[in-house]
Amino acid sequence: MKLGDLTELAVRNLREALLRNSLTTLGIGVGVASLVAMLSLGVGLQNLANDRLAHSGLFNAIFVSARPNLRGALRGPEPPGQNVPPNTPRQPLDDDARNKIAMLPNVVEVYPEIRFPTEIHFGADSYPTIVAGMQDSARSGGAFDGMKGSYFSGPSADEAILQIEFARQLSNAPESLIGKEIVLRYAERQALPPEPVGKKSVAGSSGDATGGFSIVPHEERLRIIGIVETDPALGFGGMGNGRVLIPLQLAEKLRATQATDLRQLLRDTPAKHTYENLTVRVTGASQVQAVEDTVKQMGFGAFSLLDATSNLRLIFAVFDLLLGIFGSLALVVASLGIINTLVMAILERRREIGVLKALGAADRDVRRLFLVEAGAMGIFGGVFGVLLGWLIGRGINLARKI
Amino acid sequence: MTLSNGHVAVRTEKVTRHYQMGAAMVRAVDDVTLSIPSGEFVALLGSSGSGKSTLLNLLAGLDRPSSGSVWAHDHNLAAMSSAELARHRSHTIGIVFQAFNLLPRMTLEENVELPLRLAEIDRADRMGRVREAIGRVRLTARLTHRPSELSGGEQQRAALARALVNRPTILLADEPTGNLDSATGDEIMQLLQEINDSGVTIIMVTHEQERAQRFAHRLISMKDGKVISDGVPR
Repeated sequence: MKLGDLTELAVRNLREALLRNSLTTLGIGVGVASLVAMLSLGVGLQNLANDRLAHSGLFNAIFVSARPNLRGALRGPEPPGQNVPPNTPRQPLDDDARNKIAMLPNVVEVYPEIRFPTEIHFGADSYPTIVAGMQDSARSGGAFDGMKGSYFSGPSADEAILQIEFARQLSNAPESLIGKEIVLRYAERQALPPEPVGKKSVAGSSGDATGGFSIVPHEERLRIIGIVETDPALGFGGMGNGRVLIPLQLAEKLRATQATDLRQLLRDTPAKHTYENLTVRVTGASQVQAVEDTVKQMGFGAFSLLDATSNLRLIFAVFDLLLGIFGSLALVVASLGIINTLVMAILERRREIGVLKALGAADRDVRRLFLVEAGAMGIFGGVFGVLLGWLIGRGINLARKI
Repeated sequence: MTLSNGHVAVRTEKVTRHYQMGAAMVRAVDDVTLSIPSGEFVALLGSSGSGKSTLLNLLAGLDRPSSGSVWAHDHNLAAMSSAELARHRSHTIGIVFQAFNLLPRMTLEENVELPLRLAEIDRADRMGRVREAIGRVRLTARLTHRPSELSGGEQQRAALARALVNRPTILLADEPTGNLDSATGDEIMQLLQEINDSGVTIIMVTHEQERAQRFAHRLISMKDGKVISDGVPR
């Protein structure tokens, strides 16, 4: 039988059992829609997570430490072949090293993590808290989206952004703090003058140029320019956080004493300021591995969150698989609906099939007739299902925005 | 009365058709040898279960023999593939049934057109042939009627038009008057005779001895799957 005649007969047959065929088509549509919606949900959640993580800046950053055998909590043992070269001499993570790393290809910036305890004076009261230095690039990281006020006017401006929880300690109306001044009282590290020849301090050659430093209280006046609700100063790996954020260059200039300074004092390190760790930001996640390897070759410890990303991908793959399985189950149920409808149709139309064969229909014609009927239901149900799934996806997106 | 032109339309050689019914073997058609010349009007007679309808199905190629062979115009149906048998039914054979078997959702015109669709006849040629077949059974006024809107006699005439639309050389009729009253049955028999007069070989299964005597050229009686008599009407 010609395709045109076959289609005409199939459409006529479908019209005859309109209610049953419509319900079957609807069942297919719902099955396809659930599959589409579930897979879309999985892909959407993955994209959302990737987008958020990419904006966080964590996935194009490398954490560099002076310790060559650094193993981060997220990393575990180094895989074979990617380990730090054996017998690599310990290198001081000082300004020279920082500059060298900054000169590497695809490196955007290298900055230390500066966090120090302080006491904020506001009005008649004082509030102990942690200050964190924010590099200028942090403004585009997404953490400051929706902040009240503005970002730092310059990389060393005497300005502060308060984290909302801390701002609430200062005032019941946090936004009213914008434009006001706070006084930052902190412990400044001041280099000691050179010691006379023959006299050696317990600290030996550690510390600043002289091998030691003194700690003196110091104050700095800062203008509050913004209130942020997120926690942008969460450290790499979740270590510590800052409630008062200041520009990184200002934080470096303040030379505030950090907890790691005491550790440096007791170490037998060169007589100049070294960093406990540095954060290296590269142009993209794809460059992370190469830069990380180079940094390791230089004798420093380094790790990134790439491994965590691959774990995340695995988690999402499993998640997608589960959603796909649930969606496919709905599709299987819908397919069983088609099969049931067709089996019923065949049983009901046995006489018609016999007549068709007596009139000259080949087995192939009868088979094709039923397949066209099933195919039509499948196509209509599929298109309807994809549209319905798309609408469900749009609905979820809309609900998320609301 | 049309006389045979000497060509054999249908021939069977020691054809048998057995069915396994549990432990028992039913011999529906048992060692039947027949030769039906072209243009003949043959009535297959016998009581219910005698095997005449099974033999008709074998002649139509709707069933395959357990042994022996069935020939139609010198083609061995037993050697044909399923697709070749379908082509044979489409182009050589026309079949009418006791229960008419028109498709209820189609109009008379569409029912008659159906064999042309199956035979892949061009759409442009179909309408002329449909009208011709319907005109032959005198149902032109009922073209757009559905089977439920036709009387029993009209439905059987429609079934005849459907069987004839592909211009077959052999018409097989299975109790064509079985569901009709006497007068309507006679009308159908008249039509069959007209069709036979046009050169179509007719093999009709019936249990109505009297009608068979009046219209057929040859009477073949069956009992328990075997031919028990074969001769001309008295």
